[in-house]
Amino acid sequence: MSALWSLHGLTARQGRKTVLDGASLSVSAGEVVGVVGPNGAGKTSLLRAGLGLLAAEGEARLSDRPVAQLKPPERARLVGYLPQDRRAAWNLPARMVAALGASDLADDAADALALEMLTRVGARDLADRGVLDMSGGERARVLLARLLATRAPLLVADEPVAGLDPDAQLLTLDLLRAEAARGAGVVVTLHDLGLAARSCDRIVVVDAGRIVADAAPQEALSPAVLRAVFKLDGALIETEAGPVLAARRI
Amino acid sequence: MSLVRLCLLMVLVLVGATVLAVVLGETPLSMAQYARAVGQPASPPGEVLWTIRAPRVAVAALVGAALGLAGATMQGLLRNPLADPGVLGVSAVSGLGAALAISGGLAVAPGAIELSALVGALVAGAVVVAIAARFREPEALILFGVALSAFGGALTALVFNLSPSPVATAEIMAWLMGSVQNRDWTDAAWAVVPMALGAALCLRAGQGLRMLTLGEEAARMSALPMARLRLYAVAGAALLTGAAVAAAGVIGFVGLAAPHLVRALVRDDPKRILWPSALAGALLLVLADLAARLIPTEQELKLGVVTALFGAPAFALLAWRASRSWRS
Repeated sequence: MSALWSLHGLTARQGRKTVLDGASLSVSAGEVVGVVGPNGAGKTSLLRAGLGLLAAEGEARLSDRPVAQLKPPERARLVGYLPQDRRAAWNLPARMVAALGASDLADDAADALALEMLTRVGARDLADRGVLDMSGGERARVLLARLLATRAPLLVADEPVAGLDPDAQLLTLDLLRAEAARGAGVVVTLHDLGLAARSCDRIVVVDAGRIVADAAPQEALSPAVLRAVFKLDGALIETEAGPVLAARRI
Repeated sequence: MSLVRLCLLMVLVLVGATVLAVVLGETPLSMAQYARAVGQPASPPGEVLWTIRAPRVAVAALVGAALGLAGATMQGLLRNPLADPGVLGVSAVSGLGAALAISGGLAVAPGAIELSALVGALVAGAVVVAIAARFREPEALILFGVALSAFGGALTALVFNLSPSPVATAEIMAWLMGSVQNRDWTDAAWAVVPMALGAALCLRAGQGLRMLTLGEEAARMSALPMARLRLYAVAGAALLTGAAVAAAGVIGFVGLAAPHLVRALVRDDPKRILWPSALAGALLLVLADLAARLIPTEQELKLGVVTALFGAPAFALLAWRASRSWRS
């Protein structure tokens, strides 16, 4: 089966700085891939370059088609993207925000789908509330509903749990795992290494624009990688609730 | 409230205001004279109603609608409640076009000032379209707009400075203050064509404006052809603003205020706000022109002066409210 998303040797520059240096990655249906790395390592650049939002050398393909050659409707059918910036310009009701994910549908059909997705993320009761009147956690769920409303086979979320409390973080990742169980490929950038290890099938570690590890969580976040990339002395420890990170600064 | 019902209600209010604006004026008429004006349009009272007041009210409504729609479009495009057609610099460059025509002695040629203003707007619009295609961030477009506006203003000041004739200087000043005084049906007809084209472009961009609610990247990853819709919005707003300046001179704050009058009624939706903003702009300018005519002053107040007097405090209030939401 061909990959939903395959990146080969992506190199991107912003000004004179190389933000991505020969990055390669492949994502298949049904897996949750976590992208981790220190601040400024190139996690967001990797996603943006791979989606055609950032000019880059190398090759990026969605369902085996070059991203650069896809027209907006074709690209929207293949991938849904949740950007890091969660600000909304206007106080639209949640159902209208969720319906933005279904930009290929007529208004009525998009609204019905938005309500279905709000129900799926447990935010049906927020449907008519303005997104600027919500807490960060509530807005995150509405934006997740928008992502799900794309119905794309590949879902890419940039720091979907940033600023959320632990319960909301776990809920968000559980919902994304549920999408993977339905057959979607899911890519998330995360800062919490324990949460990433617990929620992802595979971890991609980015450092200084390069992918330095791409493996199952225990291998990708080995003590050597924790030391070299995150400047941490420690290890992932298996517990009943899943892996947790026990580490201290070097 | 559904969009159709809201628009119908606003049309009714606008029709009422339009009737009032045609009926009331500096020249008082008796009931018998009104009846004669309706029965015999060519009679002296008919001339007052149908040749002097009605086209003036029509131009005010058209200009208001154009500015209101352009304002709502710019606010949606720039994701900024303080955006206004003037922000793009189109009003300033359009005003410069009119000033050049007057200073160059073209005022005697019918339609020359209007055409020059429209050309100025289109040139500014082309510059803005090119900038919008190159820089996607709304902040960048606003800053270029401010720069273009300042440059247009500076060149207009230069035209003032170098103008050899005090008559031309006074004429330029009158144009820049904005007015629909002495406009006739030909002026209204001239305004309709570019305004209709601009309105069609802005309305076509509506879905894209709604998609921009969550930012540039979310919009770019949608199924919509955002690059094209963005150009529609900028070109449409430029055409509307240019046609408005060509018809009535520079009139500020209507584009800013009109969308805010109806924003709550459409739940902030940047797409559904377009039609109601046009209607609100038409209503605002018809009433502002009525006020300009009826406020007893030695010389009739200029429309742009009236809108600025009410609009500037409204702008300050909006900025204050916006700054509170930015802080939170």
